[in-house]
Amino acid sequence: MSIRRFSIVALAVALLAAPLGGPTVAAAAPFRIAIVMPSATTDMAFSQSMFSALKAVQKEMGGETALQIAYSEGMFKVPDAAAAIRDYASQGFNMVIAHGSQYGSSVEEIAKDFPKTIFAWGTDVNTFGLPNVYAYTAAAEQGGYVNGVLAAKLTKSKVIGVTGPVEIGDAKTYISGFAQGVASVDPGIRVSKTWTGSFSNVALMAEAAKTHIAAGADVLTGSSQAVVGSIGAAKEKGKVLWFGTQYDQSSLAPELVVASQQYDWTGVLKEMIKNSKAGKLGGEKYVAQLTNGGLKIVYNPGFALPKDARAAGDKAIKGIQSGAIKITP
Amino acid sequence: MPEQMTIFSLPVVTGILASAVRLATPYLFAAVGEAIGQSSGVLNLGVDGIMLLGAYAAFFVALTTGSLWLGVLAAMLVGLLMGLLMSLISVTLKAEQGISGIGLYMVGLGVSSLLFKVTIGTVKTVVGFKPLKIPLLSDIPVLGEILFQHSLPVYAAFLTVPLAWWFLDRTSWGLKIKAVGHNPTAADSLGVSVDRVRYASVCLGAVLSGLAGASLSLALVNLFQENLTAGMGFIAVALVYFGGWRPVGIMGGALLFSAVNAFQLWMQVLNVKIPSDLAVMLPYVLTIAALALAPSLARQPTALNKPFERGEH
Amino acid sequence: MPPHGTAGTVRPARRVTFDWRDVGFRAVLPALAMVAALLIGAVLLLLLKADPVSAYAAMIQGVFGSVSGFTQSLVKATPLLLVGLGICIAFRASVINIGGEGQIIAGALMATWFSLAFRGWPGWLLLPATMVAGFLAGALWGLIPGLLKVRLNVNEILSTVMMNAIGIQLMNFLLRGPLIDPAGVRAGTFLPQSERLPEHVWLPRLVPQTLLHAGTIIAVLLAAAVYVFLWRTTIGYRIRAVGLNREASRYAGINVPVYQALSLTLAGGFAGLAGVVEVIGVQHRLLEGVTSGYGFSGIVAALFGGLHPLGVVPASWLFGSLLVGADKMQRAVQVPSALIDTVLGLVVMFVVGSALLTRRWAARRAIVAAKGEDR
Repeated sequence: MSIRRFSIVALAVALLAAPLGGPTVAAAAPFRIAIVMPSATTDMAFSQSMFSALKAVQKEMGGETALQIAYSEGMFKVPDAAAAIRDYASQGFNMVIAHGSQYGSSVEEIAKDFPKTIFAWGTDVNTFGLPNVYAYTAAAEQGGYVNGVLAAKLTKSKVIGVTGPVEIGDAKTYISGFAQGVASVDPGIRVSKTWTGSFSNVALMAEAAKTHIAAGADVLTGSSQAVVGSIGAAKEKGKVLWFGTQYDQSSLAPELVVASQQYDWTGVLKEMIKNSKAGKLGGEKYVAQLTNGGLKIVYNPGFALPKDARAAGDKAIKGIQSGAIKITP
Repeated sequence: MPEQMTIFSLPVVTGILASAVRLATPYLFAAVGEAIGQSSGVLNLGVDGIMLLGAYAAFFVALTTGSLWLGVLAAMLVGLLMGLLMSLISVTLKAEQGISGIGLYMVGLGVSSLLFKVTIGTVKTVVGFKPLKIPLLSDIPVLGEILFQHSLPVYAAFLTVPLAWWFLDRTSWGLKIKAVGHNPTAADSLGVSVDRVRYASVCLGAVLSGLAGASLSLALVNLFQENLTAGMGFIAVALVYFGGWRPVGIMGGALLFSAVNAFQLWMQVLNVKIPSDLAVMLPYVLTIAALALAPSLARQPTALNKPFERGEH
Repeated sequence: MPPHGTAGTVRPARRVTFDWRDVGFRAVLPALAMVAALLIGAVLLLLLKADPVSAYAAMIQGVFGSVSGFTQSLVKATPLLLVGLGICIAFRASVINIGGEGQIIAGALMATWFSLAFRGWPGWLLLPATMVAGFLAGALWGLIPGLLKVRLNVNEILSTVMMNAIGIQLMNFLLRGPLIDPAGVRAGTFLPQSERLPEHVWLPRLVPQTLLHAGTIIAVLLAAAVYVFLWRTTIGYRIRAVGLNREASRYAGINVPVYQALSLTLAGGFAGLAGVVEVIGVQHRLLEGVTSGYGFSGIVAALFGGLHPLGVVPASWLFGSLLVGADKMQRAVQVPSALIDTVLGLVVMFVVGSALLTRRWAARRAIVAAKGEDR
């Protein structure tokens, strides 16, 4: 029955569509980038960091006529993401960004079928030995370290709380760096962690933050899109400071956010676009770091950071940049 | 001082229980509402969708008008509309309730995310309902902190429990709802309009689900995000069965579930050596275990999930 | 749950006949309902300043316009069909199984562990053994709520919802520890995914450069098997009898609890098998999010198919096509993917809402037909 049901719709739509023709194709030939990402473009975290970078590069290059962007968000399901990646590639996009570590196997498989398309994927460092795959990642432990130093300088209760969904990827490395940063200032400070097991359960994340606060924490940090719940909790309790990662989270609680480690992919993107115009379609890995501008520590201008803390933060940044400070991810 | 905290020390136990009361709020609103709808014989699996749309509406209105109360009103209105839609499909058109509920969930999930993208677009926060210390009561040691230092929606959620009990067990409306849920044919022959009672029950339940959403976005987390509820509505439906359709039982279930959740968070904070993935599993395991071991007094509405058609039986 | 829909399901005593004219007739109203839902979707598209005509054209083209699109719709339909078959069995016994998600995970976890642990076995042995193991794991995930229901009176809606959450957390735990890809640990990425499964346990791909795998054929064959099981065997008859009238079945000497638990166990097994084919047919390793919501959408597919195993075949393909077409539409006109959920939700509600009118219409037709034929 369903076959017939569907064919009626198919027929109706086909008839409607026929006189108008298919989707229109732009006349000029802009550089076309498609991006597939697991969460929303507006998550104030991982996905938005890349999407904002794309928009920034687009603006710099001269808008839609120079750089065309297509996106698919909310692609938590890997097979759907794989279908999207394949489809964008077959539509002739110059570059397809698979913005999620979990898409790796799919990229490896699809990239072989579209040797003229650039595939960029992250966060990882593996290009599978393919000439048309770029890999990008962020050394999240570096900004974590700086945030940790700042946090250690600011905590009075000597208890710092960390919230996150699950202990993986850059959440893991960020927090590892953070703990090392804290310990470098005062090994006596306790860093306690909670993992809620869900990327989307904001309410539980908020409660985790409240639990940290009840246990005496006066500084909080965390990663992933669900941390906004924690920020809300910090805000409600007041006087609890927040350190962000992945994206500049100052706007969420201007009075509480001290600093954020921001992923800035614009450099990576421009590099890849430049390379592709020179005919190099991949085979390289990029690691966003404090040294190459891929990572930035964004101090919240609205927060009155004590001078000595700021100095310690800047010193940590310099130390990492010069290689004097070594951090294990 | 934090060094001496253990999971059994007084501040921790107090903290766990206070968290439990707070976390139970959205579950209470939604599950009590669902229990009313189910008592009339309609299984509504779309609770999560109604909560999402309610949470969005409350947040958007509060953000734009600056009035929390207008936000609450908006959530109730959205709940009512979703309830009407559910009733239309499940009661008037006598559709399979399980499937129409899943459809309703998808609509709520989709529309709330879509509207959020179009109207707000990024993460914003509001100043939600502030904790309201109840004079005198909140000064009671331990108990005061656990029970009487919460925000208004938390108190309201617990107030729905006696109200719903009174409504279902002590008013003629409640009796009608139960009659329709247990034996629609008999109720019909006594001149009770089965459809009308089911409409009213489903809509009342949906309004409470809308409030559940508002309690999230305006009191517990003070923001809206796509899929904010993360499946809470489905847990709420499960809690109705836990509570055996009785508001007090539902409260017990919601508190148990939330307390175990708070407990596992504290275990992690206090660095008890247990993998977090397994700790997170605890509330679900214990809820099943509690129901399995407790003597069951459940009286499922006989006509639950059965569309009523006059003269069919 | 009283079944209505395809022919002959209301009275089990009568032999089920499959009258294609009748089936076609019954599709008219649901089709109209679907068009109505899509029209509302068109209004939403206009509000989002997207062109609904090219959007829907892209949707059709996404499924029928290319080999990859069409095969993708079949790839999506496969787990939906398997979950749906289990739902048919459970719902026929009046047992509501919302635990598909957890059962899929159980099957996927078992398939992953089993094929890695016994990778030394030859393919002809490993492949079927993996499928059986995954089926059994899913069945166990269904047996637990089944036993809880019949022994301890725990409602299956509650327990299956909770078992879903437990399954997800169990997978999270295993994928971050015992089952994690050693390569990811060496590289320091700690990606929560399993090692790639040995190649000889992969289901053969049917069309090169697509994901279409032999699991689709297996699923269709199983649909026929479930049909035979439910309508041609004593056990199947008893399962249906329990669902139709519990009291009467008890008087007839049927051990009602046993058949309820059995139906939930089988439902779990089929969902588990869906998890198996996703792992050994599509992804070749276990990734988070392996369920893709099939545990829920499988219920929709089953009910669209009138809770009839053979009806679920086209219904799951329809639903799979909708999912694939909708994703394509999102890419073609660049609307937020939330629109897709909205439109699909409306389709579900409208189609299920049209069932009553179809039934009434069918009843009237049956009366007319009976007068004419006098069978």
